[in-house]
Parts: sequence; C-alpha cells; structure tokens
Amino acid sequence: MTMRLTDLPGITLQDDEPVFAEPWEAQAFALIVHLHERGAFTWAEWADALSSEIHGGQTLAYYQHWLKALETLVAAKGLTSASALTARKQDWLDAAARTPHGQPITL
Amino acid sequence: MPHDHSDDHSHMSDIDARVRALESLLSEKGYIDSAAVDEIVQTYETQIGPQNGAHVVAKAWTDPVFRDWLAADATAAIHSLGYTSRQGEHMEAVFNDADTHHLVVCTLCSCYPWSVLGLPPVWYKSPPFRSRAVIDPRGVLAEFGLTLPDHVAVQVHDSTAEIRYLVIPQRPLGSEGMDEASLRRLVTRNAMIGTGLALSPEATS
Repeated sequence: MTMRLTDLPGITLQDDEPVFAEPWEAQAFALIVHLHERGAFTWAEWADALSSEIHGGQTLAYYQHWLKALETLVAAKGLTSASALTARKQDWLDAAARTPHGQPITL
Repeated sequence: MPHDHSDDHSHMSDIDARVRALESLLSEKGYIDSAAVDEIVQTYETQIGPQNGAHVVAKAWTDPVFRDWLAADATAAIHSLGYTSRQGEHMEAVFNDADTHHLVVCTLCSCYPWSVLGLPPVWYKSPPFRSRAVIDPRGVLAEFGLTLPDHVAVQVHDSTAEIRYLVIPQRPLGSEGMDEASLRRLVTRNAMIGTGLALSPEATS
C-alpha cells in the first residue's frame, strides 16, 4: 500500500511552517552552507553525501540525515575525524552535566 | 537567574552535543567562522523565502521582456532581481499553460531553489512525496487538493545539485488590472513548486 502524504505525522501540506524546528537544525544547515562557501567541498559532493545517507536504509528525520551526512563528509575530507567528533561530543555532554542550569555551557 | 531547581545541572541532547562538537572542532582548526555561520542562519530565517519567488513570478506576469529572459536564462533573470544562489546551481523556469502543468520534485535528496523559495517544506523532503510525485503525480496533486482536467498534461521535473526549477504558475483570471506588487500576494510557495495554483484575486481580498 502506498503511503499517502496526508498520513505523515506533523505534516501540513498548505500552511507555512517554521523554517527550522530546533536550533541545532539551523546550525547544522548553516555549517554546510558555510563550509561549501569556503570551498571545503563542491555542492555536488554534498548532494551525493546527503543522498547516500538518505538512501542508506535508515529512516530518520530530514535534518538528522543532514547531520550524519555532514559528519561523514567532514571526516572524508580530512577536516576532522569520526573519533575526534565522538570524543568532543562527550566533552560537551560532560560540560553540560557539570554546568548549573541556566548558565552558559562551556568546555 | 532564579530557578526552582538551582542545583540541577544543564541538559544537552545527544544531537545538540554532536552539532556543538562539529562547530567547536572546525572552528578551532580555522575551517569555519562562527559569526558567519550565525549570519547564514539569520538570513535564511528572515530574508530568504517564497516572497522572493513571488516577486519573480509577478514580474514575469507583467513584463514580457522579463518573461522572455526568464525563459531563456532564468539564472541571469532571477539574479537581476537580486536573488543569487549561494550554491551556484542553474535555475530553470517552467511555465504552466492551458495544456501543461509542471511539478517539481527531488527524488535523490531535496534539492530546492533556495534563493527564491527559502528552505523546503517538510513534505517536500518526505520519502512519499519524493517517490510518488514521479509515479503518480495526479494522485499526489489530488492530495494537495488540486485536480486538473484530463487534457492537462503533468510534467514532473527532477531537481539535481546542478539544476533547480521554479514553476511559473498561470496568471489567475480576474487579476488583469492588478499591479506587480498586488500580484505577488497571489503567488504561493506551493504554486511555485507545482502542488498548487496561484490564488484568485477574490481569495486574497
């Protein structure tokens, strides 16, 4: 049975919606636009990376695919590595855990 | 800042931490300028949106020279109004008429004419739209409330990283006396993707 667009949760076909649902989506989006403008990769390379991620068999929300493709591409381009990203992610989670609520989180 | 649980620590989601990891690492290595990243967010949230495309369409409706230019070289014609793609892809304008209705999709990912329409709506990025727009365009259009007469052919355009399409809807009946500024209000985002038509003047008055 084909899935109807109207069956998708949270999707309105006519009404305008906010551009970004959460701040991290906006940051992930802008990182790609900025890295491309700085010449880190071509737009075709990015489209390929995003397409491979979307068609990789996992169904995620769009910007989650976007973020995974971004992580993959910057590692493939040698800008950073997967292990550095994982380590730094943990640094941020640790920093959040020791920061009192309401204060800016810094490493 | 007063807070009920002042001894609580902050909470950060896993995904938020991943984005911060990217930003902090790339910034330390000089690959990104965080202020420029913030500026891009701001621009896309406030300045780039379907109002840009509506300007292009209304001008095409009222200015035959511009319309011809748009048909021949949409990238340059759109650029002349101040809308430039940051990704450098080519734009192509496709014109609806009495016999043909155009519909735009990106089956690969979600390539979209950002410079004139802003960021794509959620449904444009959804797998059902991406797959079904090609197989069953009339069925998809019906879900958007758009039923076309049988004699109107539906032409589907698959966007790529290099080419993005802008649908120029037909100018609605009853809009003959309207100027360009008023006409812009008749041009919806969906009309420029092809999942809708331009509004009739009565609908907006």
